[in-house]
Amino acid sequence: MCRSMSCKMHKKRNRTKIILKIRDKMVKKNMQILEGSRAAAEAVVLCKPALTVAYPITPQTHIVEDIAKFIADGKLTAKHIEVESEFSAMSAAVGGSAAGSRVFTATSSQGLALMNEVLFAASGMRLPIVMQVVNRALSAPINIWNDWQDSISARDSGWLQLYCETAQEVVDTTIQAYKIAEDNNILLPIMVCMDGFFITHTLEPVELPEQKNVDKFLPKYKPTHVFLDPEKPMTQGPFAFPKPYMEMRKQLSDAVDNSDKMIKKVHDEYAKTFGRKYGNGLIDEYKNKDKKTAIITMGSLAGTVREAVDAKDDISLVRIRSYRPFPKKELRKALKNADTVIILEKNIALGTGAGALYDEVRSTFYDEDGKKKILGVVCGIGGSEVTVEDVKDIAEISKKKKNGDIWWLMK
Amino acid sequence: MTIEKHSPGGIIKDVGSTTSNKTGSWRTFRPVVDTDKCTGCGTCERFCPDGSIVIDKKKRKAEVDYDYCKGCMICAEVCPVKCIKKEIEQK
Repeated sequence: MCRSMSCKMHKKRNRTKIILKIRDKMVKKNMQILEGSRAAAEAVVLCKPALTVAYPITPQTHIVEDIAKFIADGKLTAKHIEVESEFSAMSAAVGGSAAGSRVFTATSSQGLALMNEVLFAASGMRLPIVMQVVNRALSAPINIWNDWQDSISARDSGWLQLYCETAQEVVDTTIQAYKIAEDNNILLPIMVCMDGFFITHTLEPVELPEQKNVDKFLPKYKPTHVFLDPEKPMTQGPFAFPKPYMEMRKQLSDAVDNSDKMIKKVHDEYAKTFGRKYGNGLIDEYKNKDKKTAIITMGSLAGTVREAVDAKDDISLVRIRSYRPFPKKELRKALKNADTVIILEKNIALGTGAGALYDEVRSTFYDEDGKKKILGVVCGIGGSEVTVEDVKDIAEISKKKKNGDIWWLMK
Repeated sequence: MTIEKHSPGGIIKDVGSTTSNKTGSWRTFRPVVDTDKCTGCGTCERFCPDGSIVIDKKKRKAEVDYDYCKGCMICAEVCPVKCIKKEIEQK
């Protein structure tokens, strides 16, 4: 047999070998090739919610379609309510959670915007609802491609927001989210955010954890603060005069701020049990040692930046996983040595000239000694393409820019 | 003033606590029942949105609970014999 590397037959055989090796690994790890939204739905099944609610029309994704099917097939024992709007979806989720059950819902884009009023009720009543948010653009003009405007616009609602890079991370984060939300010191609703299309509509190898391990990690929900029991009636979401109202808002604010420790703790525990981790749970650094230029981003865009970091020696990636609570302390630590920070983001805080992330990162480093050059790039709006080459170009362009410059990646 | 700590979400587990909030001070008009004219028919009792006017079982006359009556004057409006007078709250 020919041993030369250029031999066609040899090459083919080698490739088959690699494919077989990957297949073996996948079989061993119980991996499947799943569409992102299917993987998200499978993760929900593993969490065993008692109630799932959704409004099933665009911009909704396959997530709730799959869940409805799983319930019909008997794979998940839960009550599924198909409501007449997202406002009702979140209202039903609040009702279910206030009655003391584990609740799931998913939404996207305009759907999340329509939920807005009830989002504040859910966090104010401290209901541990988990919602998968598929990030898609907001009208007008009508566009349902990916950007983060929908969930970024809900950043002040008191919900925790975790942004995922891959379908695998969506699975892992959904399971973690219930554990974080239902902790008695937290009791806050969580959005598990994933990029529309890039994650939800593409196929990826995903490892689904075993049910018995998930059951051990995430036991049955036993609420102690809210439940429906005629023997022990209670008032939820009452009226409050200015003084108690302000006190309760402060308590809510403290709870959101202090949830970072719990996110980290649950993330570490999950990593120990299931063997997968994402940075330290709040931020995820990639090749970020003694690099002078760092790129900050969130979601699936981090995958593109990773490729650029691999190709270019002088840049690194810091991915924000937990946008709410905002990881100020971790960012300061991670970017101690960087002198240029570039923020790539798919949203605009209209009226400030930049994205929301840019302002928050800038204020994080305001009282640092030694000025950093902080640059903002608005990109990928309404599904616009951002390639590895673009990221490399941005890193090059950044050398000529001065501190505080913001530009749009227009092609 | 001290800063109070509330239950998460401001949940109230002791039932019936609304009675501690006496709403009578909100009143601008004060319903006054003319007991001579009152027939004790109970129309005002059924219409009162706050349950603040009841028919005394022994006397068979309407009685206003001024601790909670907000002075909406629906009772005077619905009274078939017009025995409830509207006075301006002086205190």
